[in-house]
Amino acid sequence: MTRRRVVVTGLGATTPLGGDVSSTWEALLAGKSGVRKLEDEWAQSASVTFAARVAVEPSEVMERVEMRRLDRSEQFAMIASREAWKDAGSPEIDKERLGVVIASGIGGVITMLDQYDVLKEKGARFVSPHTVPMLMPNGPAANVGLELQARAGVHTPVSACASGAEAAGYALEMIRNNRADIVVTGGVEAAIHELPMSGFASMKALSTRNDDPAKASRPYDKDRDGFVLGEGGGVLVFEELEHAKARGAKIYAEVMGQGLTSDGYHIAAPDPDGQGVTRAVKLALADANIPLSEIVHLNAHATSTPAGDVAEANALANALGSDISHVAVSATKSMTGHLLGGAGAIESIFCVLAMYHHKAPPTINIENLDEAVTVDVVRDVPRDLPKGSIACLNDSFGFGGHNVVLVFRSYEG
Amino acid sequence: MALTVETVLEGIKEIVVEVAGIDAGIIAMDKKFTDDLDVDSLSMVEVVVAAEEKFGVKIPDEEVTKMATVGDAVNFIVANGK
Repeated sequence: MTRRRVVVTGLGATTPLGGDVSSTWEALLAGKSGVRKLEDEWAQSASVTFAARVAVEPSEVMERVEMRRLDRSEQFAMIASREAWKDAGSPEIDKERLGVVIASGIGGVITMLDQYDVLKEKGARFVSPHTVPMLMPNGPAANVGLELQARAGVHTPVSACASGAEAAGYALEMIRNNRADIVVTGGVEAAIHELPMSGFASMKALSTRNDDPAKASRPYDKDRDGFVLGEGGGVLVFEELEHAKARGAKIYAEVMGQGLTSDGYHIAAPDPDGQGVTRAVKLALADANIPLSEIVHLNAHATSTPAGDVAEANALANALGSDISHVAVSATKSMTGHLLGGAGAIESIFCVLAMYHHKAPPTINIENLDEAVTVDVVRDVPRDLPKGSIACLNDSFGFGGHNVVLVFRSYEG
Repeated sequence: MALTVETVLEGIKEIVVEVAGIDAGIIAMDKKFTDDLDVDSLSMVEVVVAAEEKFGVKIPDEEVTKMATVGDAVNFIVANGK
């Protein structure tokens, strides 16, 4: 039996660069930074005073009553999934063949902390009855599933900063395994709050470049000093190829494969040998089963931490061998910041658009390239990718030692 | 000052508008919270807590389960309020 093929037929996003996919992509190609000084009162005395908030507040596009029943992460999921579903042409489908897989790294942490304040200040009686549905990590997926009436299964893989990519891999398997014909998949995060930021700061994981926020996220630069927290999310509509063709859907790209491994090394630090990453790339390439010569682009995890970026680049070079020479590497977190559980999702969207438009987005803020970085980094301006059939990788890693690599390919009809 | 049906109904209207985003014009004594006003079991808890605060009245959980309509809530509050 031939394997069921999976294509992308819809995209939606709300990011630090734009309130939808087209504005985000435009800003990405223009090399704009979505990182800004935080206006919040608590941030003024914090050790890190900046982050990458969404460009368009949910209140600008969502009704007040809906907002008060949804955690901010759930709001992002609803906004992005509505755009993606509409972009896919709002397909008519048997709901028992429709699935949702949307991840979050941390879940409704802002709701949890806000309601804890209510508990302490006013008492238990005043804790919102919506608290638990708002803070549960599966809340974003569950709300999207409810709106779309998805009945093939609603799932939420949680693997820290790899969550969004792991969700896409799960969605791919749901369609391959014939559990569904369409799966709405993605990842979201809303954790710009003083507690999670203090926690990341205590780990020395965040950049402290308070005097120049827009230059703080600088993957592969010699003076990178940590990641910049971002928020938002991305949603993709995955669809079985014949199903998409039968309804005349627009096809952005094909989802070719995934590779999943774990480090077994440390709870937060990347394995300096990057063996888990190398194995994940090899597994993904084997799953995709395409000529290595077609791999022309990679959206790197590259969060701008001193240890992570180089370990990743070396692992990629090890996995691809001499074929790394024709791979244009983009580190888009230089512009979006790090969306944690949303990162793998928006970066999958960037990969899909790179395949669709044959164009790799740039990496900004590299003033002095770290000499230890040997991969070909797309710097400052976008780069045209070859015509014809091309493919790319999206890799994501999470605290806990999770490694996820996805393969997308241009769809040539 | 004793609570009247009119003042309590106005107060309940304000609460339901806040909680459920329903147009105040359709909120009336005979409307059912769940079927007519988009106040599900979770949102009903919000309505009750807000009403207790607004009218200084305690609404026991066993009474809440009997409050199908706006009128049920208004009449309970008028009868049990100060």
